[in-house]
Amino acid sequence: MPEPILSIKNLVVEFKTDDGIVHAVDDITYDVFPGETLGIVGESGSGKSVSTLSILGLIPQPPGRVVSGTAMFKGKDLLKLKKRELRAFRGDEVAMIFQDPMTSLNPVLKVGYQLGEAIKTHYPKVSDHDVKTRVVDLLTLVGVPNPDQRYDQYPHEFSGGMRQRAMIAMAIANSPSLLIADEPTTALDVTIQAQVLEVLKTVQNATNAATILITHDLGIVAELCERVLVMYAGKVVESGDVHTIFQNPRHPYTIGLMDSLPKLTEDEEWLRPIPGQPPSLISRPSGCAFHPRCFLSQGRLRCNEEVPSLRVVDGGDEHYAACHFAEELVGHHSKFSAPVAGGVA
Amino acid sequence: MEPASGGFVPPAAGGDIAAAGLEVKVRSQWSYARSRFIRHRLAMFGLVVLFVVFGAGVFANYIAPYSFSEIDLTNILAGPTTAGHHFFGTDEIGRDYFSRVIYGIRTSEEVGVFVAIVSSLLGLAIGALAGYYGGLIDNLLMRLTDLVLTLPFLAILATASALLGSGSQWRVSIILALLFWTGLARVVRGVFLSLREKEYVEAAKAAGAGDLRIMVRHILPNTLGPIIVNGTLAVAAAILTEAALSFLGFGIKPPTPSLGVLISEAQTNPQQWWLTVFPGLTIVIIVLAINFVGDGLRDALDPTQRRVRA
Repeated sequence: MPEPILSIKNLVVEFKTDDGIVHAVDDITYDVFPGETLGIVGESGSGKSVSTLSILGLIPQPPGRVVSGTAMFKGKDLLKLKKRELRAFRGDEVAMIFQDPMTSLNPVLKVGYQLGEAIKTHYPKVSDHDVKTRVVDLLTLVGVPNPDQRYDQYPHEFSGGMRQRAMIAMAIANSPSLLIADEPTTALDVTIQAQVLEVLKTVQNATNAATILITHDLGIVAELCERVLVMYAGKVVESGDVHTIFQNPRHPYTIGLMDSLPKLTEDEEWLRPIPGQPPSLISRPSGCAFHPRCFLSQGRLRCNEEVPSLRVVDGGDEHYAACHFAEELVGHHSKFSAPVAGGVA
Repeated sequence: MEPASGGFVPPAAGGDIAAAGLEVKVRSQWSYARSRFIRHRLAMFGLVVLFVVFGAGVFANYIAPYSFSEIDLTNILAGPTTAGHHFFGTDEIGRDYFSRVIYGIRTSEEVGVFVAIVSSLLGLAIGALAGYYGGLIDNLLMRLTDLVLTLPFLAILATASALLGSGSQWRVSIILALLFWTGLARVVRGVFLSLREKEYVEAAKAAGAGDLRIMVRHILPNTLGPIIVNGTLAVAAAILTEAALSFLGFGIKPPTPSLGVLISEAQTNPQQWWLTVFPGLTIVIIVLAINFVGDGLRDALDPTQRRVRA
């Protein structure tokens, strides 16, 4: 195994609200290796975005607070850096792609200017001419037609897909070694999603940046990722190689997620949702946070009393799950147990 | 598939598009705003009037037939006449009233523009800091704003003129500017407060931009509309306030003619209507014209508030 480029250990993030403390991210640990694509999946509010935003200091503080943990990136703990030092990383070594391209570009500034600004912020000495050349190259790379004209246009003259391409171009402007894509296709319609995923692949090949892909779309994970992290209620419940997770899921929540998707090859009248509601992050269920909704628990006391730790399942192949009874799932097949289904493609 | 029919294949060169007349003309927000303003008849009318009146003030030395203190003893308290170019008549010591009104416009417009610029900058800075940082800074600055809002203008100016000695046009302007920024500060704070939560601000942060850059380059352009409108209306408000203060004797002192001073002096000769009517009318015209322009700017710069006009 090579050295991880980003290594998060025991990260805990809380938000203070009037109703109590929200445990958004509760003691998560994971590594990202150079050049790989790591998918983080989970329901809304499972902490998948906060876990990455917090390491870049992008959560509002207060009410948010990083309680403990380390995030080692290139030998430095991002969580211990001063504001100014962290700013030097953002947009340079570590870049983000946001969910909604319709609102992530400033409506009053030209697209070319905004892309150039991403470069100028970190490299003020680069000449305006070089910046423009670079921006036009970037727009070409992400497949924006007529980049020379597009450079001088405002965001409202771009379509949704074009804006997301521009956002991707902005993220890779300084050739980051880590790219965080926070639900990059959620706000786009399906055909545009496919195009944007293609662009993401192209960009990854061109920059060889490690990518964290946050999504709730398992199809996208199957399409792009090498490893997957499944999060539930602020904790990692399962992690492993994408094939392993899709073929031999060892956490009932992962199985529930997959079962709730429609499968095109079967004649299904109803979708099969996971029963119940996502838990409140203020007062989480005792023991395993998933036990009230779990088909496997069947009222067993251990699920209610003991918090399961993330442990190796299925023998040493980097497959971890946080379930007391993961072994009972051996031989349990999800809908996707067959060859991995390409989601969107 | 033929390359030409595919939506993904970019045209070979930009020139082809232009030749086909399909090129989208790039129009900035400002060019849209400008065309909306030009279509606004009342605002254009106001702008023309303002140009004429303020132009007369700026070029007072060339336009006024006399200086503001020149005495014509053969014409004392003369009514409006073309004889000797006393279009607005003369006052009790024979000074040409037309010239005095024009010099009065100059004083008033200087006060108005100075107050508008200084108070806008002050309000912008205070509102931006309060709205962007929020929390304690916001609380302190907004309570300061509330405090200034509660101060009675007259009492402050009376005190200030008693302490510092009254009369100077610039002293009055500075005091007015120090009292006028509150409205804009509140507006700007509101805009900053809502815009700092926008995704593009977060995106800029994620791209490594610092606070100052975000405030100046990303949020400020979005607030220019209300700032310009507010600043324009502040000119009118400052002119009115200065006139009122001078009339009451707390503002600019004679012999410098300001429009308020002229009306104040006219009180001693109530029979001579021209002494009150001409400066009074001038104030009304200036303030109305500014308000028309301000309305037009508001409609032009804030399309969401646009009302359909014939």
